[in-house]
Amino acid sequence: MRARLSSQPWLYLAPAFGLLGVFLVYPVITTVYLSFFDSRSENFVGFANYAYLITHHETVIVFRNNLMWLVLFTGATVTIGLFLAVLTNQVRYEAVAKAIVFVPMAVSFTAAAVIWRFMYIYQPADFTQTGVVNAVVTAFGLDPVAWITNKSVNNFALIASGVWMWTGFALVVISAGLKGIPTEVVEAARVDGASERQIFWHILLPMLRSVILVVAVTLVINSLKVFDLVYVMTFGNFDTDVLANRMFKEMFTFGNFGRASAVAVVLLLAIVPIMLANLRRFRREQ
Amino acid sequence: MADRTVLSRSEEVPMTPVQRLMRQLSRGPLHAAIILVCIMWMTPTAGLFVSSFRTRSEIATTGWWTALVPPWQFTLENYEHVLTARGMGQSFINSVMISVPATLLTILIAALAAYAFSWMEFRGRELFFLLVVALLVVPIQLTLIPVLRMYANLGITGTFPAVWLAHTAYGLPFAVFLLRNFFAALPKDLLESAFLEGASHFTAFTRIVLPLSVPALAALGIFQFLWLWNDLLVALVYLGGFRDVAPMTVTISSLVSSFGSEWHLLTSAAFVSMMLPLIVFFALQKYFVEGILAGAVKG
Repeated sequence: MRARLSSQPWLYLAPAFGLLGVFLVYPVITTVYLSFFDSRSENFVGFANYAYLITHHETVIVFRNNLMWLVLFTGATVTIGLFLAVLTNQVRYEAVAKAIVFVPMAVSFTAAAVIWRFMYIYQPADFTQTGVVNAVVTAFGLDPVAWITNKSVNNFALIASGVWMWTGFALVVISAGLKGIPTEVVEAARVDGASERQIFWHILLPMLRSVILVVAVTLVINSLKVFDLVYVMTFGNFDTDVLANRMFKEMFTFGNFGRASAVAVVLLLAIVPIMLANLRRFRREQ
Repeated sequence: MADRTVLSRSEEVPMTPVQRLMRQLSRGPLHAAIILVCIMWMTPTAGLFVSSFRTRSEIATTGWWTALVPPWQFTLENYEHVLTARGMGQSFINSVMISVPATLLTILIAALAAYAFSWMEFRGRELFFLLVVALLVVPIQLTLIPVLRMYANLGITGTFPAVWLAHTAYGLPFAVFLLRNFFAALPKDLLESAFLEGASHFTAFTRIVLPLSVPALAALGIFQFLWLWNDLLVALVYLGGFRDVAPMTVTISSLVSSFGSEWHLLTSAAFVSMMLPLIVFFALQKYFVEGILAGAVKG
């Protein structure tokens, strides 16, 4: 009886552990190992794959771009989400406004990439602009911009499409945090003569800190892993490449499995601090 | 939505009509800002939707907003064309064939594991759960090459079971994490009295825990289903670009690379792929948002 009971948990866990072992734990270890081998995983090459990544223009650009995504995508999405949460909280049609901003979360990055390629269509200055963004730009008397191919703006354009997708997420999570702040706290501050601006900076913002942190961490992870938007919009051409797309290219375009593994390991290294923070937080909560 | 929100207390103060009007006017910039944002957020999707009903030559020569004023000249031809000649019809079926079984499999396997983690005693319980938490954020890029090689050796690249298994495994850390948190919060007395009356774990699992967890299972199911429906990378890698098994995301991305400026095809194809998520979103918004909120740790 006792023996039967003690083996029972493993029956419940076996399918999950089997899949996690075969599809996550074992492959991650193998990928780290493969990153020290050549393109066909035959000869040990030490750190050569990593050295390549940090010494070639094409791959250095990848790091720069992921850094841009990390800072700008996360910063803009959190900021817009936060302000929208505070603004929509004051109107009766809050639910409708939040739903409208949230809709892009439901569609695929692939569809969003099509949507934004369409938004960014460029026609030379003498022709009718059929893309919304350039139609607005030319309406203000400016020259149309090749948002996708112009290397000085295209990364910002791609990041903007990411912000469009994720703002609804930031808005909904921060808004939920906002509802959790006791009314009395804000009322008391108002009675004491605090302005709305002071209430925002000195009461709401500090009380929302942990919620904003959760949102920011989620966005940071997604900025590091960004793939679909870049793959569909530019395939990483015109200096827009990012780690996840570069890995795909190394695998399928160049057939270099050593370098592809090294790119993946860089991605892992960037995410390890977040993993450790999650573990620490989880252990504290238990 | 909460009636008493932190910043608005207008309902509590009695006002004369004039005062109310003045107040509304002073809030003009607030409304203007929100409405402007809403318009900005709707425009991209609206443009895609309108264009998908326009002819190829119209899309190429005039902005979609010009089609909003009469005379209206919309057509369904683009949809007919992408669904048949461009394979979006088959891809729609493939997306269903991929997402539905993989979602069910994820929920089933995750629920079993989550039950063990919350209501069974075994050695290393905490340690194993920490492993699950650690796996939450591991990028799947780290697994692509070894799994692809394994699939090549087994000869199952390009088959549905290959993506079912991979999707299930990738979804498990989050699913186990979410369900375990929910299961563990169920009333202890309820399960303990069931055990005292001689109920087995299997009975407790199927008769008590699962029925009480329907909201969590629904939120997880919707979240996972849309996640898989919208996936591009896993399908791209493990299905090897075979057209007869490609889900819509893969088909659309190959349409983009071969017909990048054929907007009558791209807009309608993209909209076909968005229909189901949009219906799910509007019909089951509550569960959907709950899934997203719970998923905040996942990324």
